[in-house]
Amino acid sequence: MNLKIIDKEYSLEDKVDTILSALINIKATQNQELTFRSGCKSGVCGSCAVVVNGVEKLACTTMCKNEDDIQPLKNTKVIRDLVVDMSYEEKFLNNATGYLSNHQEVTILPEDEKIIDIQSNCILCHSCFSSCPVYEVNPDFLGPFALTRAFRYINDKKESDVKEHIDSIQTNGVWDCTLCGNCSMVCPAHIDIKNDIMKLRNTSAQHGHMDPAFSSGGMDFGGGFDTGGTPDFGFNPNF
Amino acid sequence: MNNSQVLDVLVIGSGGAGLTAALSAKEHGANVTVLSKTFPTHSQTAQAQGGINRAVDANDIASHVDDTLKSSHGLGCKETISLMCNLAPYTINWLDEIGVPFSRTKEGKIKQRPLGGASSPRACYSSDYTGLKILHTLYDTCIKNEITFINEHMLLSFIIEDETIKGITALNINTSEVVEILAKTVIMATGGYGSIYSGHTTNSYASTGDGIAVALKYGVEVSNLEFVQFHPTSMLGNSILISESARGEGGYLVDQYGNRFVDELKPRDVVAREIYKKIVYGDTVYLDLRHLGLEKIMETMPQERDLAMKFADIKLEDELLPITPAAHYSMGGIKTDINCQTNIKNLFAVGECADASIHGANRLGGNSLLEIVTFGKIAGKNAASINDNYEYKSINDIQVSDTQRIDNIFNMEVNENLYTIKSNLAKMMFKDVGLFRNNDGLIDALEEHIHLLNQYDNTGIEDKSKIYNKALVEFIELQNTLEISKVIITNALNRSQSCGAHFRSDDES
Repeated sequence: MNLKIIDKEYSLEDKVDTILSALINIKATQNQELTFRSGCKSGVCGSCAVVVNGVEKLACTTMCKNEDDIQPLKNTKVIRDLVVDMSYEEKFLNNATGYLSNHQEVTILPEDEKIIDIQSNCILCHSCFSSCPVYEVNPDFLGPFALTRAFRYINDKKESDVKEHIDSIQTNGVWDCTLCGNCSMVCPAHIDIKNDIMKLRNTSAQHGHMDPAFSSGGMDFGGGFDTGGTPDFGFNPNF
Repeated sequence: MNNSQVLDVLVIGSGGAGLTAALSAKEHGANVTVLSKTFPTHSQTAQAQGGINRAVDANDIASHVDDTLKSSHGLGCKETISLMCNLAPYTINWLDEIGVPFSRTKEGKIKQRPLGGASSPRACYSSDYTGLKILHTLYDTCIKNEITFINEHMLLSFIIEDETIKGITALNINTSEVVEILAKTVIMATGGYGSIYSGHTTNSYASTGDGIAVALKYGVEVSNLEFVQFHPTSMLGNSILISESARGEGGYLVDQYGNRFVDELKPRDVVAREIYKKIVYGDTVYLDLRHLGLEKIMETMPQERDLAMKFADIKLEDELLPITPAAHYSMGGIKTDINCQTNIKNLFAVGECADASIHGANRLGGNSLLEIVTFGKIAGKNAASINDNYEYKSINDIQVSDTQRIDNIFNMEVNENLYTIKSNLAKMMFKDVGLFRNNDGLIDALEEHIHLLNQYDNTGIEDKSKIYNKALVEFIELQNTLEISKVIITNALNRSQSCGAHFRSDDES
């Protein structure tokens, strides 16, 4: 099996199943310098996301095929080989108030729990961040994973201070998204992030916020333009 | 020195135990930093699936204590276990209040399900992503509380003076530099050592027992390392965990003829051995969930279904899943008392790196998440309450010697492949120090260990870069696993009677 990793070609004699097994095999037998992150090997720790043939994937859950091209995540600095800088994570989560601000005692029913069930499976692998075209023009965009956290707490019945969350996702937030749907396409936890961002726009409007492009009378990029993602609102191709 | 640079509390490790300890210490007024080898949400806690135990009602607390004590085979401390079981309702309540989305009944109560060795259905859960959702909610709460993180730094040494911890040194993985971090108190939350059984473990590659290895080096008391839990059900071929909740929800274990052969809800050590006996005799063992139906599988164990699909292309509602036991949990660790205190002053330990005399010879499913959060809170509170005068004499000494150690690794000639040593250690440990042990096998293991240690001492790393040198990290991890393995083998040899997960096939008593 032949693989291209960054700018080097490798040929594997041994049988490997996943991309991560291939990376481990190459590091152990061919090139000890090859550098990548790995952890749980079962798709839940979020450490091994890479770009395979142009699409973000978890190395540990993606089966390896002949001629696969493996590159580091995009939109951030490469530290070495497939290891990228993830130090922005805390800042984005904090800016998007990605936590329960103020707990209130309420009865939670199974249907309440279902609203945030999938969203609370986010593993912070940064695949969505890498796939997002907005970062090319706005490095301060809160981005898909932080907005997913915001969605998860805004829709948590236990949260009594929804407004604080809503207010925090207006600047560089929900209106800056192009609704291209790349994030929903690549999410290994099957979260339909684009759909959630659209719902967050509705919730924002209900709290008196408006699309700044619309309110200023300028061109409405917030309404979405096609960058090759799925045109079907709310459809998650991972299912 | 400038005392303003001294932390009140340094937490090492960013899994559920470390994050809870940090939140608790901060709540009690301490200045806290968390040091992580990886990133906070990359830790082993994310892989806990089945649930977190809480007695079903006040009358059931005594049974929770008894079940845990019984499963510990005499190695558990009743007082500590009793504290954990009595605090469980408060622990679950706190997790619920910070936002953990527990699965609910139609009446709005937290759902509970049975796990092995339990006389009541005590495991509270969030589908089968319980650990993941707890870990991420803890991380979100840490961000809310402005906990400081130092990520991708690996613990190297303790700084101990007058039997008191003064701080640590760590390798900055991004630069290969050694840093010194001073603290009035240190909480170890560095996780277990399942990765010693690499290739036969459900654990993360990062679970290399670093904290326990450093503890051994500095004479911190460590106990019961020979007790390694093998989980009955990991996927054949890649050792990916299939949660006990699959059996808790009614799943069967069947042999190649489709016959059930063991009570699926016996404690893990018993079930794992029965499965492994079949496998040794050439049988294949399967997990059978077909009778549960798609709807129940999707509702109660979506992750198991996803994993079986991704890794084995098997639909659990239609097909049998081949399974095998794999190393899953380290019962032994840094010995702590009921206050999470070690034998070194101001040094605490909590979670899988600690032996708090709770799980003893065999841990019950659902008790590890309960332990890490319940005792994480206790460790954080106790560490924050210490207000000793801080004095530190040997400024930078250990930092200098550790820098020399790293330089030596870079300069060492490469005579053996570190990954071959690692793989041979894992194979030997699984074969001779695994589910079944005997005198001859353990003596062979000890000899092989000496051979592997010699190979290790005579080699270095090919990668000479100072930037994010993963080979350097894995080289130090290999040293840690070699140190721990030696103690596991020696203890297993000395303990000639079977006890829980430590099963001696030559025990005739």
